[in-house]
Amino acid sequence: MKIQVTVTPKSGVLDPQGKAIAGALGRLGFEGVADVRAGKVFRVDVAASSTAEARAVAAAMAEKLLANPVIEEYEVEVLG
Amino acid sequence: MSARPRVSVVVFPGSNCDTDAAHAVEAAIGASAKLVWHGDHDLGDPDLVVLPGGFSYGDYLRSGALARFSPVMDEVRAFAASGGAVLGICNGFQVLCEAGLLPGALLRNAGLRFVCRDVHVRVETIRTPFTAELTKGDVLRMPIAHGEGNYELEVPELEDLLDHEQVVFRYVRPDGTRGEGANPNGSRDDIAGVCNRARNVVGLMPHPERAAEELLGSADGAKLFRSFAASLLVAR
Repeated sequence: MKIQVTVTPKSGVLDPQGKAIAGALGRLGFEGVADVRAGKVFRVDVAASSTAEARAVAAAMAEKLLANPVIEEYEVEVLG
Repeated sequence: MSARPRVSVVVFPGSNCDTDAAHAVEAAIGASAKLVWHGDHDLGDPDLVVLPGGFSYGDYLRSGALARFSPVMDEVRAFAASGGAVLGICNGFQVLCEAGLLPGALLRNAGLRFVCRDVHVRVETIRTPFTAELTKGDVLRMPIAHGEGNYELEVPELEDLLDHEQVVFRYVRPDGTRGEGANPNGSRDDIAGVCNRARNVVGLMPHPERAAEELLGSADGAKLFRSFAASLLVAR
């Protein structure tokens, strides 16, 4: 089963990359960019018998390795 | 009758300050230094474990994130839990944070650039083995060389850190004052180094081993190692 874990900087945590990208978008003429948060996406193919199990496995992966809970938050999606 | 301090320097794939650290402790305190491969399970009965600078595992995922799973980290954890002195320098600091041996995390520098230059740090507590022989307020000049040294901790944890006097070094101007121009990477509260609650594990972004002899432009870094050697004698 394919799962997707999206990791982004926690709100309130400074994101220098996102800030630089927001600045660049402004210079390119994209007006009204209030904020950009840059993160990472992990697509993982795991053996799981149900969506719930896949979701639980993905969350465990995020907690233990993919995200650093001090500075990042994550979202899990089951792609099927 | 002082035995030579035994120092084990852990070598991760991608460490690049390991032999510098070994040399610095040999030169500064006459230590017997050995390099320990990250895949080993034996630290070799050291008085001090150094996690050196570099780019362990290519900084993949996050700096220090993968090194914490190295086999030797179990031994480092056990050594630290038993009160053994651990010093994490630069990438070693990042590894200690990722491993949960130190609070906080190190983000990308606020200016996005890799910064390689001398900085001044102020000793904020002498209650660690590496600062015990120094004086609170002492200013040390040491180089930094990192892209991700922006120390971050959420406010409740930060307050906890401050309450327990766990900030060991802060970035300051040459005259020892905080403010404009002192903080090279955006670190919260100008923090350059911290210790754990038990005070035996210390991590810092500047490189004491690169400033441990006058020939290198500054010998201030040697003060950390000499401090450690002195605290070892007290402990013995």
